[in-house]
Amino acid sequence: MRKVAIIGIGNTPFGELWDRSFRDIAVEAGVKAIEDAGISGDEVEALYGGNMSAGRFVEQEHIGALIADYSGLAELHIPATRVEAACASGGLALHLAFLAVASGWYDIVIAAGVEKMTDVSEDVANDLLVSSVDREWEAICGATLPALFAQMARAHMQKYGTTEEQMAKVAAKNHANAVHNPIAQYRRQLSIDAVLASPIVADPLHMLDCSSIADGASAVVLCPAEDARRYTDSPIYVKASVQASDSIALHDRREITTMDATVFAAREAYKRASIEPSQISVAEVHDSYTIAEIMAIEDLGFFDKGKGGVATLEGETEIGGKIPINPSGGLKACGHPLGATGIRQVTEIVTQLRGEAGKRQVPDASTGLTHNIGGTGGTAIVHILSTT
Amino acid sequence: MASTAKFWREQAARYNLEGTRCLTCGSFFFPPRAICPRCRRKGEIVPYRFKGTGEVITYTTVHQAPRNLNRQIPYTLAIIRLDEGTQLLSEVICDPEEIHTGMRVRAVFRKLGEEGERGIIYYGTKFVPILQT
Ligand SMILES: [Zn+2]
Repeated sequence: MRKVAIIGIGNTPFGELWDRSFRDIAVEAGVKAIEDAGISGDEVEALYGGNMSAGRFVEQEHIGALIADYSGLAELHIPATRVEAACASGGLALHLAFLAVASGWYDIVIAAGVEKMTDVSEDVANDLLVSSVDREWEAICGATLPALFAQMARAHMQKYGTTEEQMAKVAAKNHANAVHNPIAQYRRQLSIDAVLASPIVADPLHMLDCSSIADGASAVVLCPAEDARRYTDSPIYVKASVQASDSIALHDRREITTMDATVFAAREAYKRASIEPSQISVAEVHDSYTIAEIMAIEDLGFFDKGKGGVATLEGETEIGGKIPINPSGGLKACGHPLGATGIRQVTEIVTQLRGEAGKRQVPDASTGLTHNIGGTGGTAIVHILSTT
Repeated sequence: MASTAKFWREQAARYNLEGTRCLTCGSFFFPPRAICPRCRRKGEIVPYRFKGTGEVITYTTVHQAPRNLNRQIPYTLAIIRLDEGTQLLSEVICDPEEIHTGMRVRAVFRKLGEEGERGIIYYGTKFVPILQT
């Protein structure tokens, strides 16, 4: 297997992009990544696109070919593949692109993620989200995504003493970071009190504990590590790319307050990268709900199990803290266009490791981690990136 | 959302809490599973009708839900551990203030929802508190 580098990144703004179609945003992110890599489009040998539900959000399937076509690559006849693992579709696209380059089969590969969610009503979008969990034995019984995460939150509160204030702090911290992120949907401060004062969606989760519906697309360009300096002075190396699965339904899990898929993927990723969690300088984790960030920073080994809430409230996950989490603003403040998120997280870590994050820069960042989950943890994908 | 055939297929499980058990290792499964994750090919799977009693592991009261889940808001959901050991998710019909972790509950047959305004009504299992005496 060959070592793999990321040589280009691109994002659309995240938010309600009324004036842009599904194919517009997919192409915009891809072109930006290609320009950032300093390659020409005809050097691209394969494309993987992560997307959860274009068939239902915009009534378009077969989007691998569509994206390649509208990126001007139709006459090159490159393999273009759409992949799906709910909200982890983006992370999965990168994992498969990584394997394609590492194996030696292709040299230059694009991994993209895209979701156009605002062409349907919020009500329909929220129902489509439930497709990421067990439709037959969770949704039909009345489960929504917030209702499932609320049950994790309740169990975490009862088992470890986690509080609503600690969860609200996740949102406040991520919004503070997003103020300095030009692609974020919500570039404004949010106080803990405002989160706690927002309406209850499923108790104990408030509306502002939940990430938002958004449109957006992100892309990265990969090449063999040995070729990377031909294209860029600041290649970022993929030290580990690991995918794991678990029961689709929350009630079938071994434990409600831990995502075993995250634990498994992280353990394997640390082993492959030959590092410890304490050596990670910065991480982008899947904060689709505030409790999910608290569980993630425990399951990834940054804090002992049950201590994630306290650590968050004490500022240990802020920029300048022990382990800065979600300097981009996370899913909470960037917005969560499902298939795009896993790639957007990687573009943030690449930006941080290049030292190009401006006012949200984590000092001396040399090794970063991304954590992307599908549904309530039926899939987890962990990437470890490094400057060396 | 759900088609008539889809409901008809799952009727035994939804109406009667019919699942399966593995005779090799003694595990119980709801909804019914054809493969025991512990024994796999060595497993011997037979039908099993659950007693329908258990306790609340965690819960939430839902105040906002997509329209096509067809629920009267608010409603209370819980993950319930059946006395046989397997877990499921269900609505619990009770006062939201009343529910708590460890609460004993039992299965009852109720309307789950309906398809559209004039569509078929579908039924299944919900849970209610067991009154302590
Ligand atoms: Zn068995």
